Amino acid sequence: MAGTDQSKIRNFCIIAHIDHGKSTLADRMIEMTGLLTSREMQSQVLDNMELERERGITIKAQAVRIVYKAKNGEEYIFNLIDTPGHVDFNYEVSRSLAACDGAILVVDAAQGVEAQTLANVYLALDHDLDVMPVINKIDLPSAQPERVIEEIEEIIGIEAEDAPRISAKRGINIEEVLEQIVEKIPAPGGDPEAPLQALIFDSIYDSYKGVIVFCRIKEGTVKKGTPILMMATGAKAEVVEVGYFGAGQFIPCEELTAGMVGYITASLKNVKDTRVGDTVTNAGRPCSEPLPGYKKVNPMVYCGMYPADGAKYPDLRDALEKLKLNDASLHFEPETSIALGFGFRCGFLGLLHLEIIQERLEREYNLDLVTTAPSVIYKVYKTNGDVIELTNPSNLPDPSEIDYMEEPIVKAEVMVTSEFIGSIMDLCQERRGIYEGMEYIEETRAVLHYRLPLNEIIYDFFDALKSRSRGYASFDYEVAGYEQSELVKLDILINKEEVDALSFIVHAGTAYERGRKMCEKLKEEIPRQLFEIPIQAAIGSKIIARETVKAMRKDVLAKCYGGDITRKKKLLEKQKEGKKRMRQVGNVEIPQKAFMSVLKLDDK
Amino acid sequence: MRPLELYIHIPFCIKKCKYCDFLSGPASEGERAEYVESLCRKIRSYAELAKAYRVATIFVGGGTPSILEAEQMKRIFAAMGETFQIEAAAEVSMEMNPGTVTKEKLNVYKSIGINRLSIGLQSADNKELAALGRIHTYEEFLLSYYMAREAGFQNINIDLMSAIPFQTRESCEKSLRTAAELKPEHISAYSLIIEEGTPFYEKYGEGKNAADLPDEDTERLMYEDTKRILQEYGYHRYEISNYAKEGYECQHNLGYWERTEYLGIGTGAASLIDNRRFMEGGKPEELSISDQMAEYMFLGLRKMKGVSKQKFAESYGSSMETVYGTVIEDMKEKGLLEERGDYVLLTERGIDISNYVMSGFLGTG
Repeated sequence: MAGTDQSKIRNFCIIAHIDHGKSTLADRMIEMTGLLTSREMQSQVLDNMELERERGITIKAQAVRIVYKAKNGEEYIFNLIDTPGHVDFNYEVSRSLAACDGAILVVDAAQGVEAQTLANVYLALDHDLDVMPVINKIDLPSAQPERVIEEIEEIIGIEAEDAPRISAKRGINIEEVLEQIVEKIPAPGGDPEAPLQALIFDSIYDSYKGVIVFCRIKEGTVKKGTPILMMATGAKAEVVEVGYFGAGQFIPCEELTAGMVGYITASLKNVKDTRVGDTVTNAGRPCSEPLPGYKKVNPMVYCGMYPADGAKYPDLRDALEKLKLNDASLHFEPETSIALGFGFRCGFLGLLHLEIIQERLEREYNLDLVTTAPSVIYKVYKTNGDVIELTNPSNLPDPSEIDYMEEPIVKAEVMVTSEFIGSIMDLCQERRGIYEGMEYIEETRAVLHYRLPLNEIIYDFFDALKSRSRGYASFDYEVAGYEQSELVKLDILINKEEVDALSFIVHAGTAYERGRKMCEKLKEEIPRQLFEIPIQAAIGSKIIARETVKAMRKDVLAKCYGGDITRKKKLLEKQKEGKKRMRQVGNVEIPQKAFMSVLKLDDK
Repeated sequence: MRPLELYIHIPFCIKKCKYCDFLSGPASEGERAEYVESLCRKIRSYAELAKAYRVATIFVGGGTPSILEAEQMKRIFAAMGETFQIEAAAEVSMEMNPGTVTKEKLNVYKSIGINRLSIGLQSADNKELAALGRIHTYEEFLLSYYMAREAGFQNINIDLMSAIPFQTRESCEKSLRTAAELKPEHISAYSLIIEEGTPFYEKYGEGKNAADLPDEDTERLMYEDTKRILQEYGYHRYEISNYAKEGYECQHNLGYWERTEYLGIGTGAASLIDNRRFMEGGKPEELSISDQMAEYMFLGLRKMKGVSKQKFAESYGSSMETVYGTVIEDMKEKGLLEERGDYVLLTERGIDISNYVMSGFLGTG
């Protein structure tokens, strides 16, 4: 069987900074290998979720198997494993890399090495992957391939002299990439006769097949009927089908042996049982130990999600349950808000993950949502010795019961060109960052190291970073534990009533500033109503900021003719329509988007 | 026979005012003559429909209808007279602008049955008139006004505007008093609205040059002054933007709010016939029962007297309470509506924010 000769298999991934052309190169390679005709090619076939295409990011790791007939006359099987490109999905990237033997590093010939390029390369080197550089976008007028090659050799320290100079967009020199894969990426190892040891790098739920596990077989063989065991979750099942990945489809096969990449289906009903990073083994003949590196991924960011129409609560629950089938890192549990009624407190890997889920709920499930400001998990140490992991600010105990609180801290690396170092340092300073050092990676570029509280970066840090560096800074972080911090709960009172869904936790030092900005923002967001509405920010019983929404403006005394009636009606309908997107809290109508105001405090 | 209101549109003026978004503009003599001919043909083409109606009011609007030759106006009225059965006591209004009428024209107007004139003054302050792009001064207005009185017109309206660029509370009060002292029978007092597609929108739209316009608080004071001052002179407010001496309320205007049927003839004119609303040459909009009920409410509330519950029940077969009880109760609770005998009407506060109140009646019937 063709696939069993390990020397003819290459398992690799493509790593790149966002926009450097990863997906385009993948498309070209798939085209060139002739598995699909050009006509069948949708652009970017690897990104098959509509949302991914629109955002230009790959969310779920996927794989594709292609067959390449090399110049030496031999046919090779390439398993291209796609990796998500965002820091929120770092762990999934790491597991995808663990399934590969080599990596293609795509670097933009005009932009050169970026912070994310480095982070990804280090990650690949950590997994002992052979990194093969490719210089893309050589067709751009601003391309400087020689300079970029030097940069790769100097900064990353890998040989790049014979890196293919390509244009993925125009299909220039793709064949050279394919040839180098054969030469430079090592063939996999492993013994087909050994006890089964397979790494799960992704899993999806399919309503016909149940859970489909994406895995790399490290040792042994798996086929229909093999009793399997997930070593971390302990789930057991019997294999129903194995196969490999055609472009955009699953192609069943006889068996998967050591060195191969493919999928397994068994009668598994829940992706929770098949966590990324877990090891699949033969339940009857288990391997001695699981593959290293498994960790349970926990949500980092929480927010409340409520249906705009209270009657849609069951629909929201169903939708979340469906999404969770495919996304083990999504957490949710029911909660109740005085202002918003019944909804869910949901946990996410990061802000991007949150936004993706929110958009999918709205788009794919047609739900109109009210989302509250995101929050990190705070640890609250109570005077009675209890420790609470706080995900919803309104559940903060009374200050008299709190001994102290801790907040999550991240180690952040910001890569920036030298002219913006000052403004980025100011930004980190404003966000309570602790400077830990800086190194120049070349004359004009430096990496800044900071310790930053996570709650300072989940809101609008990315946007602020981009706007203060004219888009040049890039950013990466990893969680670095909890630290004690002086935190307070900021409450918002609208028309003298506390609106629980607007409360948030903030550092005592920035509370006044945040309170003031929050009131200003809400003043903009809340339309005038029949009476004057005070908006106040308070810590405990102390009011720290106040704004007023004036009473509704008088209508102009319009002259009206018979001919104006249709127009008048449209005007009234518009006014009426505006009211529908409002949430009645007490006797004040609050627009749904106002509940996210805290995210936009730095807007100009 | 059912009552009908006739509206005749004359889309011509000497020069377009900077705030004007009506269908109107300057045209050549030849174009005007051609328009009058086709207008007369259109009027006559309604002969069949006319059989079911008696015309209760006529309104010739524009534009500036008085720009036409006396002879042309005569022909238009002759066409109407031949085609429609016009009540002897019908209110027959025509709009005119200062500087476009002569004694001879006014005499002809009188002879063909026009019994009410509506004169656009807007402001008694010449600087404000210039800012609006009006073609006349206050003095020229005065001349036309006296000419109209001399010609024997005993029912005259003066249009006044507030929230004009550079207007102050004082100059607004002065305009109101100046107009009221002339003792017209009717005063229309409304606010300048910056409409899209006008030169004013270029200049003041989307909050531009806001400093030139009276601010929100000043505008509010002007609005309160208007009512107080006009009442002082014996005018009562019978509609959101209209004041009159007792018995001189504009019947044509009230008809719109009572949902009397009307036929608009001339470019862009709107009609309501058999609960179908249409623009000349346009596709008719069929009004369902719930559309009709909503219109009855939100149009009727423009009248200070309010809407009659009895008439509602007679027209639609169910009581106003059944259809709009919840909205009315809610608005009463908020102090925006009140009931007086058979009528439901806006309170003072309700008049202030009438759009809010009126929008409550949409999509709930």
